[in-house]
Amino acid sequence: MNQPVEFSIQTKGLNLWYGNFQALRDVSLNVRHGLITSLIGPSGCGKTTLLRCFNRINERYGSVKTEGEIKVLEKNIYDSDISLIELRKAVGMVFQRPNPMPISIYENVVFGLRLHHERSELHKADLDVAVESALTEVGLWKNTKDRLKENALTLQLEQQQKLCIARLIPLKPEVILMDEPCSALDVDGTRAIEELMFRLKGRYTILIVTHNMAQARRVSDECVFMLLGELIEHLPTEELFSNPQNPKTADYIEGRFG
Amino acid sequence: MSSMTGPSSQKPSAHFIKTDFVRKKERRELMAQAIFFVMAVLMIVPLVLIVSYLVYKALPILSLEFLFKVPTRGMRDGGIWPALLGTVYLVLISLVVATPIGVLAAVYLNEYARESWFTRIVNLAVVNLAGVPSIVHALFGLGAFVVFAGMGRSILAASLTLAIMTLPVIIASTKESLASVPRSFREACWNVGATRWQTIRHVVLPNSISGILTGVILQVSRSAGETAPIMFTGAVFYKAIQQGDVFAYGLLDQCMALSMHLFTLSTQVPDVPEALPYGTAVVLLVTVLSVNALSIIFRVYLRSHRKW
Ligand SMILES: Nc1ncnc2c1ncn2[C@@H]1O[C@H](COP(=O)(O)OP(=O)(O)OP(=O)(O)O)[C@@H](O)[C@H]1O
Ligand SMILES: [Mg+2]
Repeated sequence: MNQPVEFSIQTKGLNLWYGNFQALRDVSLNVRHGLITSLIGPSGCGKTTLLRCFNRINERYGSVKTEGEIKVLEKNIYDSDISLIELRKAVGMVFQRPNPMPISIYENVVFGLRLHHERSELHKADLDVAVESALTEVGLWKNTKDRLKENALTLQLEQQQKLCIARLIPLKPEVILMDEPCSALDVDGTRAIEELMFRLKGRYTILIVTHNMAQARRVSDECVFMLLGELIEHLPTEELFSNPQNPKTADYIEGRFG
Repeated sequence: MSSMTGPSSQKPSAHFIKTDFVRKKERRELMAQAIFFVMAVLMIVPLVLIVSYLVYKALPILSLEFLFKVPTRGMRDGGIWPALLGTVYLVLISLVVATPIGVLAAVYLNEYARESWFTRIVNLAVVNLAGVPSIVHALFGLGAFVVFAGMGRSILAASLTLAIMTLPVIIASTKESLASVPRSFREACWNVGATRWQTIRHVVLPNSISGILTGVILQVSRSAGETAPIMFTGAVFYKAIQQGDVFAYGLLDQCMALSMHLFTLSTQVPDVPEALPYGTAVVLLVTVLSVNALSIIFRVYLRSHRKW
């Protein structure tokens, strides 16, 4: 019973509709625990939609109908005893454009804690510790420890993105979903985020959407290729790039469409 | 390699010299600019003319006393206190009623409501109600509040009528302010497990409050200027109250109001000194303009204290 979970996320026969438009078709996917899995595919194939399924945040985006099974840490997230709040704490998300709140760096990091605890439960000392350890974990502490009270929007984009990751950490997430986390960043910023991902690997299961083949190759252990809402191929990254089984995958990674 | 055309294969020539076509475009550009400028000036001219004409005509009577005295000699002399106070009562009460309902309804429509036939009807109703002429609201107020609810012609009935009139506009402007808060702020909040209410409370409202308040305050000037809705429902030609008495009116009393008073002076009472209606008009105008100015100052203040 105590053996570690093999898969953090498992879906079976997942279908999803926005109104009448079917965005996901029969997606069955097993995401390995503690590894980095990348999700590639042309624009509009449903990568973001799939990510948003894993913490049921899709339900906040208009009329969405979902069918099929999704398990996070072997628990079906559509069970009636699921707390959406706890689920979203456990499965955090980072976006394409860094989206820190327009409040101080410090408050950004403790934002989640403040939401989920009564004011009287939170002590300044605990919050300070949480801020330091979260910022240290993402490698921001040295640069920001003297300016914690400054507005988070004064940070560089790359730092903002790190802050958005740091914001998840006090909630003790299991899975971090990253939706094109580097597409707004330059080469250095991209490298910094990738290095951060390597440091976070193992402690968190990371699922990253990217349009950058080289990045998928560099950072991920396994790679998933999607097309028009369907999961086409899921293999260890090196295998998928060197020896794709499906001709569509080959076409895509060789840049023949997309 | 004879087909090769590149910067190196030909002698470069300066092709960025003005042609007739370019000159024509430049003339048009100048003309367009001039026309827009003239129109902008034309817009200001009537405003300046109106205000200076009013002030000029009202000059003989304008004084602090004029504000605090009651009308005498069958409204041919004295001040406008009962009307000024009545307008303040009407506007404040209508605001106290309309603001919470309007803002909360807008929050529901923008933050909670799903696309459905119900929300579509509500949204359609809001847009259309905002365009209903005030005289129609007046008739509704007369039927609903004065007669049906048995309030009689009273400050309460008139304020509620004004509230009904401003409500759709408050809803519409609030919805717009809420919609202008970036989606990414909400997403950030949702993904750390915030409920919808927490998202609204911590992210949406703090970032839209200045727009919401501006929208509400602009409705103050609108209700202060309206005559029709209050004429049928609670405003009277004359009401005797103590000069300078702030608590002169009760909720179920009738009252005087600036807009109505202006109408009375100019059309219903013979031999009124000319300065009197103009003085009233100036007071009404200054009240409205200063409320508007207040809203602008307030907005600038909130903007500069906004955290992004
Ligand atoms: N809220 C929504 N309502 C309706 N349709 C949507 C919604 N969000 C996404 N879609 C549609 O679903 C499909 C998949 O969108 P999604 O954003 O998941 O694609 P993606 O793979 O992330 O694309 P990109 O690489 O451009 O980010 C698209 O055709 C999109 O138009
Ligand atoms: Mg996307």
